[in-house]
Amino acid sequence: MSKLRLLFVKEAQSSYISHLDLLRTFQRAFPRTGLEIRHSQGYHPHPLLSIVLPLPVGQSSVCELMEFEVTQETDGAGIAEKLNGGLPAGLRALDCYPAERPVRELADLRATLELEYDCGVPAGTADQLRELFSRPEILVFKRTKRKELAEVDIAPMLRRADWTEQTTCVRGDVVVQAQNPGLNPQLLAQAVERYLPELTPDFVRVRRTALLDDSGRDFR
Amino acid sequence: MDKRLERILPRVQKPARYVGGEYNAVVKDLSTVDTRVAFCFPDTYEIGMSNLGMRILYGVMNEMPGVWCERVFAPWGDMEEEMRRCGMPLFALESGDAITDFDIVAFSVGYEMAFPGIVNMLDLARIPLHSADRHGLTPLIIAGGTAMYNPEPMADFIDIVSLGEGEESTVELIELHRKARQEGWSREEFLRSAAKVPGMYVPSLYDVRYREDGTVSSITPLDGAPQTVTKRIVEDMDKSYFPVKTIVPTTEIVQDRVTLELFRGCIRGCRFCQAGYVYRPVRNRSRELCATYGVESCNDSGYQEVTLSSLSTSDYPDLTELCDELEDFCAQRHVNLSLPSLRADNFSMNLMQRLAKGRKSGLTFAPEAGTQRLRDVINKNVTLEELLRSCHTAFAGGYNAVKLYFMLGLPTETDEDVLGIADIAARVMHEWREASPNKNRGVRITVSTSWFVPKPHTAFQWEPQISREEYERRVKLLRDAIKTKTVTYNWHDSATSVIEAVLARGDRKLCKVLETVWRKGAKLDAWEEYFSYDRWLEAFAECGVDPAFYANRRRERSEIMPWSMISCGVSEDFLWREHERAAAGVTTPDCRTQCSGCGANRLVGGKCHV
Repeated sequence: MSKLRLLFVKEAQSSYISHLDLLRTFQRAFPRTGLEIRHSQGYHPHPLLSIVLPLPVGQSSVCELMEFEVTQETDGAGIAEKLNGGLPAGLRALDCYPAERPVRELADLRATLELEYDCGVPAGTADQLRELFSRPEILVFKRTKRKELAEVDIAPMLRRADWTEQTTCVRGDVVVQAQNPGLNPQLLAQAVERYLPELTPDFVRVRRTALLDDSGRDFR
Repeated sequence: MDKRLERILPRVQKPARYVGGEYNAVVKDLSTVDTRVAFCFPDTYEIGMSNLGMRILYGVMNEMPGVWCERVFAPWGDMEEEMRRCGMPLFALESGDAITDFDIVAFSVGYEMAFPGIVNMLDLARIPLHSADRHGLTPLIIAGGTAMYNPEPMADFIDIVSLGEGEESTVELIELHRKARQEGWSREEFLRSAAKVPGMYVPSLYDVRYREDGTVSSITPLDGAPQTVTKRIVEDMDKSYFPVKTIVPTTEIVQDRVTLELFRGCIRGCRFCQAGYVYRPVRNRSRELCATYGVESCNDSGYQEVTLSSLSTSDYPDLTELCDELEDFCAQRHVNLSLPSLRADNFSMNLMQRLAKGRKSGLTFAPEAGTQRLRDVINKNVTLEELLRSCHTAFAGGYNAVKLYFMLGLPTETDEDVLGIADIAARVMHEWREASPNKNRGVRITVSTSWFVPKPHTAFQWEPQISREEYERRVKLLRDAIKTKTVTYNWHDSATSVIEAVLARGDRKLCKVLETVWRKGAKLDAWEEYFSYDRWLEAFAECGVDPAFYANRRRERSEIMPWSMISCGVSEDFLWREHERAAAGVTTPDCRTQCSGCGANRLVGGKCHV
């Protein structure tokens, strides 16, 4: 029996797979590799696998992590390759290795935000964004688990945000707190809408680029 | 990904159903493709992906060199609104390309209420709605499926109807269409030629005349089209295509499991059942092959549930042996077997022990009618004693929920028959008290009634549907008769069944109604969210069509049915014989006991292997 971690990419079509559907998709992909996922004991055995930090639907990522247990003894070598033959478009395993570091050491996540402006980026947008995201308090509305709207201050969860202007898009390279509580980078766009309504973009694309520990190194 | 699509998706429910890219979805290099087929299902992704026929034909077509078959489903209302707003035409899931210029647009139609959805999808695809307004060879609009055994209400919209099982005929039609394109035939030349392919019905090649009273006076085939088009079948199930490698959706669908088809057809001959007639004759797939397909499909798809599918699974000759053969594999791979269609007369302890071992939730039986007299009329040869014995077995084995399905409004039904349903529920309840080893867990008995809709190609095709008021009176009668709280009573909404009854036995005069009701907003009318009875009534009124003429009228034996040019292999004489036996309350034995000479044996060279 081995406890493993899978590093994978979730992009394009697969970015629309919801969290529960993603678990199901992996559950079904494993039998194709010849590996047997360990099942829970009990009346309704279910496969033991979990996604470390579920990605919101519609966002893409090159650094997703999934933990699972297989009944065989293995260090994970070759599993990523085998899985890739049986995954939907946009889902791609990069590496599989024994799960060693505890998940609590995952501190931050890095993401790029693309704010698209179809008629060109308004002048000075990057500067205004820099000013907004250096404020001590940035309030946005967030839906709670009870489906109510709550106002939260995202400033303490925002570690860093760098903005670059392109012709029809402003790219943000941001680092935000990953958990307890985590910050969905999409909320930065909501802050723009609230505080700088004239800079509301036509579309926002979010892509997770790295998971980091508290010293800023890759968490794997 | 299309930019417009990327912007729409965050705003719609369940976006995963609009992006494709699933495991085993077929993507071909366009430079190797000369025939593009849009395989359309006039309902949502979740429903369409659950359809086995669609998976079979998708595989068959994509095995053809040069042919790329892609899937298209009806968008949900929110998606349709967004697509129309940004001017995005209906697109195929595999390539994301608009289907407007595809060579063939094929619809799989299993239910009459999907008719408005087809019109809507043609419009979303920017394809002229009427066959008469389409002039080139492409796009060719074809349709198949059980609702197409009477395609007349759709006759104006469809170029060719493919009758019966399409594994072989679809290939023939695609080859012919390819030849026509290569040789530059006119559309008319092609349609005339297609009408000569067995199983292909070309509505525009039939001149239908009506009498003043609205009934059909004559059906005349034109340009050498055959007088009768007989459906196609696959003779040998062991040689027929089975989709072992099939698409595994990344979002949950209705039938999210391996569907293992054991056999086609049904030996029973229930007189109301269209499927029982139109899928004749019975053809079994061998046990060895079923087992192999079951294992291979699970291995490839990774599914952990297999449904043993057919019209009446407990009639499969080797069912227990098949379950035994799959047992080791299932245990090792945590795979559950489920059996959807059980008969109350041959459900056994043996079988029960082989069903899903962990979860013993519920069993479903369909006695269909409340008294033995009425069950004899409909030829549902199940007795109350058999039903109670089966329930006893189930309760004793630890089951604590039973669902019982019935129909109201069957021909000759009286109040006594309706009250008989309540009586059956009470006796099943009593059986639970006698048999249950653990009464503390309680029992759930669910009685569901639907409203009988007379269907074409059945023994009851001449029968009227009872009026809506009468149906509702019988529902109330039954509701008042079911007193205990343990029995839950569900009944089917009546308005949908009226429209279903009109369309099922409709003629070409309904084409205009369909277009009108679609213009008024009908699209996904199989869904309560979108169905509007008033909209249909308005459309009928505007077109001067009386729905009662189709739904509530008794037909004479001599009347020419609108679908008379179509044969499912069962002779009309046989159907009438069954109709007369029904009136006399005489049952007909199943095909295994005795051949009743329905005529379907002609489709397999004279002798059925039941």
